[in-house]
Amino acid sequence: MNFWLFLPEFLAIALAFAIFGVDLVTPRHRKNMLAWGGAVGLLLVTVATVALWGNNVKLYDGLFYVDAFAIIFKVFSLLVAVFVILSSIDHASRFLSHLGEYYGLIVMSTVGMMLMVSAGEMITAFVALELVSFSFYVLSSYDKTNPKSNEAGIKYIIIGAFSSALMLYGMSLVYAAARTTTFEGIFAALSSFGTDLGLVLGIVLILAGLGFKVSAVPFHMWAPDVYEGSPTPITAFLSVASKAAGFVLLVRLLTMAFMPSLDMWRTLMAVLAVATMTVGNLAALKQVNIKRLLAYSSIAQAGYVMVGLAALSPTSPLAGNAIMLHLIGYGFSNLAAFVCVIVYQNLTGKEDISDYAGLSRRAPFVALAMLMSLFSLAGMPFFVGFVSKFYLFTAAASEGMVWLALVAIFNSFISLYYYLQVVKQMYVRAPSEAGPLPIPVLINGILVILIIAVSIAGIYPEPLLKAISAASQLLLL
Amino acid sequence: MGLLSASIVIPFVAAFIIMAIPRDRVDVAKWVAVAAAFATVVITTYTFVNYDYTAGGFQFVERYAWIDSLGVSVHLGIDGISAPLMLLTGIVIFCGVFASWYITDRLQEFFFFLFVLVTGVFGVFASVDGFILFFFYELAVIPMYPLIAIWGSTRKEYGAMKLTLYLVAGSVLIWTALVGVWAASGTNSFDLEVLSTVKFEPWVQTVFFAFFMIGFGVLGGLWPFHTWSPDGHAAAPTAVSMLHAGVLMKLGAYGIIRLGMLLLPEGAKVWLPVLIAVATINVVYGAIAALSQKDFKYLIGYSSVSHCGYVLMGIGTMTVIGVNGAVLQMFSHGIMTALFFLLVGSVYDNAHTRDLREFGGIAKVAPKIAIFFAFAGLAGLGLPGLSGFVAEFMVLTGAFLSYPLLGILGIIAVAITAVYVLRMLAIVFFGPLNPKWTELPDARRAEVFAMAILAFFLVFLGVYPAPFVRVITSGVAPLLQRIVGA
Repeated sequence: MNFWLFLPEFLAIALAFAIFGVDLVTPRHRKNMLAWGGAVGLLLVTVATVALWGNNVKLYDGLFYVDAFAIIFKVFSLLVAVFVILSSIDHASRFLSHLGEYYGLIVMSTVGMMLMVSAGEMITAFVALELVSFSFYVLSSYDKTNPKSNEAGIKYIIIGAFSSALMLYGMSLVYAAARTTTFEGIFAALSSFGTDLGLVLGIVLILAGLGFKVSAVPFHMWAPDVYEGSPTPITAFLSVASKAAGFVLLVRLLTMAFMPSLDMWRTLMAVLAVATMTVGNLAALKQVNIKRLLAYSSIAQAGYVMVGLAALSPTSPLAGNAIMLHLIGYGFSNLAAFVCVIVYQNLTGKEDISDYAGLSRRAPFVALAMLMSLFSLAGMPFFVGFVSKFYLFTAAASEGMVWLALVAIFNSFISLYYYLQVVKQMYVRAPSEAGPLPIPVLINGILVILIIAVSIAGIYPEPLLKAISAASQLLLL
Repeated sequence: MGLLSASIVIPFVAAFIIMAIPRDRVDVAKWVAVAAAFATVVITTYTFVNYDYTAGGFQFVERYAWIDSLGVSVHLGIDGISAPLMLLTGIVIFCGVFASWYITDRLQEFFFFLFVLVTGVFGVFASVDGFILFFFYELAVIPMYPLIAIWGSTRKEYGAMKLTLYLVAGSVLIWTALVGVWAASGTNSFDLEVLSTVKFEPWVQTVFFAFFMIGFGVLGGLWPFHTWSPDGHAAAPTAVSMLHAGVLMKLGAYGIIRLGMLLLPEGAKVWLPVLIAVATINVVYGAIAALSQKDFKYLIGYSSVSHCGYVLMGIGTMTVIGVNGAVLQMFSHGIMTALFFLLVGSVYDNAHTRDLREFGGIAKVAPKIAIFFAFAGLAGLGLPGLSGFVAEFMVLTGAFLSYPLLGILGIIAVAITAVYVLRMLAIVFFGPLNPKWTELPDARRAEVFAMAILAFFLVFLGVYPAPFVRVITSGVAPLLQRIVGA
């Protein structure tokens, strides 16, 4: 038993408890140390994870996988967590209390994500999912003085618990039919005797439960309120990392467990994808609050990933590549957009789109970063969003679903309108107050890294795609 | 780095250099812009002059691997059709830089977006890979929004949003067709040379050619999807209108040729008759609409819709002379409309009005503007000796060969064009001088320089079109053979 394979998770858990512990002896004005400690610690964990690259191991008879697919998304979750922690520093010290638990919970949630992407068996997946969810239930209600934050926490925990229950019931039904909980075992069972009603119901319930997690329609209702109410760094974390982990689990389930029933769930997934994209984009058109706008935009982006899910195939790696590229690209673009929202909220306390008027004059670099991240989300070339969307649509067409590609492309066009509204405010309108905004160096640094990543991945995606291909090859038959 | 990739990279790098220059040294930024634009003129002139029209095919080819898993490579090359269009882009951006010489508000950001746009345009003309072509196409469309919304004039936010949404809506169809063609080809490649060898099934060709035709037609000003054009051009700042009407709208027609006709010849055979019929509506409707305009820029805008109709008409004739005429008209109208918008911009900057009725006899105080306006106007109505005549003559000849009735309508439109052009010249420039304008300044030096260059090409092409037609034919003839023979 090679315990080195678990080193990243162990280190991360130790880090979380270390933060909890050191917090007890840290005075109020030194809490930022915990953030820096957490960030540095997570970077070390990232190094330990990257060191595992090249392994393709199935542990405990399929309970836990350490393969390229898992490693890529562990690294992704860790890096996103680092950025979230660093951009929280200013925000947390202004608006929040109990900062030790705050940073510790972010790390805990990251541990959950790392476990989720490695899970090869239903109960492991469930426990990991719950670890992530519980951390977020607390984190989303962290701004105790803000009634919206309290509401966000309550809504999230109730709906989250409900969806977990659904998923668990689905898992029990699948277990009843397949007599095993490992994904491989389910695959074998499905191949040998096909689907019966119990199995179908079980699969649908599991997909519904996970659908809540990734805010797919019709399980998305919690997302706008939770995104709006949570402290903004947590919204960023939720919209990027939690969603990605949920999708990774879905990909593993669909390719490693449910692939023999492809005909059953492919059309369902395509229809859900259309619903998700459409609801997300149409609702976003009317938003005035930037966090709600980004929330609905996230829902629509989940829809694009679901187009990729519908295109998953046992023989072609294109859909797997596309999903992974889009999750990573969307992740960094969305994160950059949220960092801009965070810094603006820190300095002015405002979060309406019209409050961004004239930002290009007051904080030119932040406005530029916001512009680039929104254009990436809209799928404009030179940014990774263009490549990832193109990849998704090509994957859909290659599986004979050109109609789905058309709907998705049309949705992408609709989204351009509301992204342009923000651009219009920043660049065309005049600011309500004059004078430059003092942007902290740390935020500028984070934004530089993120937009360089988004741009490089858009111009030269091949290195990233090589790593991704190594992962998607593993998902084929 | 080869010549074609240089023509793409130079404006792109220049955009960033210009942004990096400190805000108190705007003059340095202006000369960087001139240098970059001049470099592209030199490169595109070289590639055009040295294009071997006897050999034909794609020349100056470069190929770099990009996304292997999708079959995408940065495959660049120009043929007889794209070589003159690259040259057109170089000329128009060079003149466009001088047209923007006197902008004072955030000039560096303006040049940034302008050069990103130009990068996209050069990229589209030079691409021999569908993915890359679309990449550059979107890159060319997106900067239009900030350019118009920030530096524009009449109803700029409305014009900018309308233009952007329309063009991106058109690109929805293009994107779908591109992805669909890739999937139907079974070749796992976006490379146009590879895809052009595939014999697609008839229904695939019919459906996707229609997508390409309408999708690119939106940008090309095809009726009834042209309505973004007058509002967009009227709202846009001068250099942007020059580039947009002069070059970008040609991307639309070019796309129909390069993606539609090259890849889907049977589909082209089905839909080109529809195209020529609608294009004739463009030509006539645009001319009639121009006749009733009171705003200078709207008049030129509708005139563009009408003249771009000739391009689409020429493509629809499915004859060598017709399509030759179409490409030549792309070049000729590109120069002409760039000159028109430059002139209108110059007048507006000084007079602060574009209402035709408020002018009168200003040739007396602004002779340079008047002379160049006359040049452009006469080219527009097809006066022999200027480029418009050659191009429209070829298009109409092609039309008569295939659809004589449409040819007649086209000629009627020429007559209507003459009416609105001459009327505009008469009302604005000639006749008694309106006392309001006795102090009206003439065009400034940088603008005159640009006007002279454009006028030169109008004359050159009108008097000696042979070098252009030779090159264009080498690209058009093989293409048409596939379609007519298909």
